[in-house]
Amino acid sequence: MTVAAERQAAQEQIKTMTMVAAVNDALRVALERDDKVMLFGEDVGMGGVFRASDNLQNLFGEERVFNTPLSEAGIMGLAVGLGIAGEKPIAELQFAGFIYPALEQINAQIGRYRQRTQGNFPLSMVVRAPYGGGIHSPEMHADSPEGLVAAVPGVKIVIPSTPYDAKGLLLAAVDDPDPVFFFESIKLYRSVKGEVPTGHYTVPLGKARIAREGDDCTVLCYGGMVEICEEAAVAAAAAGVNVEVVDLRSIVPLDFEAISESVKKTGRVVIVHEAARRMGFGAELSARIAEELIEYLHAPITRVTGWDAPYPPFTAAEHMYRPDAARVAAGIRKVLDY
Amino acid sequence: MTAALTLPPDPRLEGTLSVLSPSGELLRPDLVPSDEILLKLYNGMRRARVFDDRAMVLQRQGKLGVYPCFGGMEATQVGAALALQDGDWVLPTYRGTALAMMRGMTLAQILLAWRGHPAGYQVDPKLHILPFYIPIANQIPHTAGIALAEKRRGTGLLAMSFIGDGGTSEGDFHVGVNFAGAFCAPAIFVIENNGWAISTPTSVQTAAKNLASRAEGYGMPGIRVDGNDVLAMYHVTREAAERARRGEGPTLIEAITYRILPHTSSDDPKRYRQETEADAWRGRDPGMRLRAYLESRGMWSEEQEQDVMKGMEAEIKAAMLEADQAAPIEPEALLEHIYAEPLAEMKDQLAEIRALEALK
Ligand SMILES: Cc1ncc(C[n+]2csc(CCOP(=O)(O)OP(=O)(O)O)c2C)c(N)n1
Repeated sequence: MTVAAERQAAQEQIKTMTMVAAVNDALRVALERDDKVMLFGEDVGMGGVFRASDNLQNLFGEERVFNTPLSEAGIMGLAVGLGIAGEKPIAELQFAGFIYPALEQINAQIGRYRQRTQGNFPLSMVVRAPYGGGIHSPEMHADSPEGLVAAVPGVKIVIPSTPYDAKGLLLAAVDDPDPVFFFESIKLYRSVKGEVPTGHYTVPLGKARIAREGDDCTVLCYGGMVEICEEAAVAAAAAGVNVEVVDLRSIVPLDFEAISESVKKTGRVVIVHEAARRMGFGAELSARIAEELIEYLHAPITRVTGWDAPYPPFTAAEHMYRPDAARVAAGIRKVLDY
Repeated sequence: MTAALTLPPDPRLEGTLSVLSPSGELLRPDLVPSDEILLKLYNGMRRARVFDDRAMVLQRQGKLGVYPCFGGMEATQVGAALALQDGDWVLPTYRGTALAMMRGMTLAQILLAWRGHPAGYQVDPKLHILPFYIPIANQIPHTAGIALAEKRRGTGLLAMSFIGDGGTSEGDFHVGVNFAGAFCAPAIFVIENNGWAISTPTSVQTAAKNLASRAEGYGMPGIRVDGNDVLAMYHVTREAAERARRGEGPTLIEAITYRILPHTSSDDPKRYRQETEADAWRGRDPGMRLRAYLESRGMWSEEQEQDVMKGMEAEIKAAMLEADQAAPIEPEALLEHIYAEPLAEMKDQLAEIRALEALK
């Protein structure tokens, strides 16, 4: 399709979709547009445990959409090999909490392949991984390992919060010349709905979205925490406080310009994520803000995050671990009352 | 019972050891254990199955979280467990509830574990059963390590772990089994080959003819057994245990069984397999098989069966009551047992959680 035709097709049909349907739609479009695209992982051929790849094997065949043996290191290494040989792999990790066996490939190879071949073998590959809590899943199924991956130079990390973004960002990730990790909030898969064009469109990587404007305080968040921050912002508005919610959308690359603009306007920052606090991505964000924007701050930066503990295997304790709107509101109060 | 008689042979079972046919006829009179063991094996399977059925109902009623059922596969776990001694170590997967029951975890603890309550993790360390392993294959290198420790101490104890057929594709499986072989560690690795890893059949996992054949590459015996035949399972595990205790090293056992139920309470197997396949395996039900044999020897009656069922129902009821009375989870549960001594910032975080909870 030409660009113009694509744009038209994109505008022709708009459907209300859940986040997981938007991901499915993005995968369909990616497979349709380029027959180098391959989609694989544990149970992916049958639609995957969240049904994100439903029906795609029927449409594109077992050569392009398939189940792998159960091995995250294998899946990751296979993607590297396919990428080196010029295919466009989209690999799924069934849960981001099972990324750990794959970390060697991520750290030792995926992040440095371009440099170690001096640009001769760039890896254009996407790794999708459902992440995060909020659905009372068993031990290990609710981890948020984005910070671990963010510590690896050479990879990009995208974490959408709306169906529209999920599709547009995923299609941008597929086109991206670098390895992109795409974390999908399990909580949001079916809880949010939105309008999504059925054709091809992209949302650029590295551009934050102002989910809600305000000038009293900046809340930085992404993925599953965005709806919670918006909820807190609505509650704050009722008390006369205007909170700006910045949905980072990708944490690498980071839209520091958007952050900077918001912080200069509000002078107060709350950072929200589900991962544990120590060395979570909030640590990087607050370091960067302290380094570059300290003179604009009216209060110390506050982090509302998971605690310095594993995401609780005790599902009945989850509500005390995963930030909710009340905790975000307490964070907002803290920076305002300083 | 007659339905089982007409079952076509399943190619998966080719070359496996069986002691009883699916209809309960004795094939290997030389391998029948004592009457006492026979009854223990039957009781163990029956109790496990009743618990599993009830757990699925409780899950549907919202009284358990996600529950990984095992009904129809209980012979593998029960036969293997009974072949061990007190003090031997057991490393179960999430599907290891029958194993846990056999090794002395209480029903209340098991219910609490699947409810996501910390009390379900407070199992007497002397039982040497480790918590259900959720990430696939992490337990395999641990098994080598525990077995090596017992070998160093000369205790004559061993370590046994379970893994699914899918799990054998993970790096940790290869690493761990190889280590156990290299260190000649007293370990038993049971592959619970139930044909599927969620929607992926074993044939997609590997091109190998069977999984036990890998043992040769690790320098240990690889044994294939009819995993729905509790007597066969008991026999091969005992042999492996004796071998380990004699200092001859680990054994890899591939137990051929079948997952007739969904992967877990949140899975729908109709999406990926023919239910006729499951029906055929229902005809190989391990409990029915042993019961037919026991009945043929006049060792079991409908009355005894009802007694086990009723006893188990009462036990489950009591366990539910006990589980319901478990203390509500306090903020401490999140942050304790992470370090021996909480770090300073964790004390602050605990105070923060308490304050936040007080606001609710
Ligand atoms: C490292 C890891 N990756 C993925 C999963 C998700 N998962 C849970 S069970 C399962 C299939 C396991 O199949 P198998 O090993 O054959 O054991 P079975 O469930 O059949 O007993 C998968 C992929 C996991 N628990 N751990």
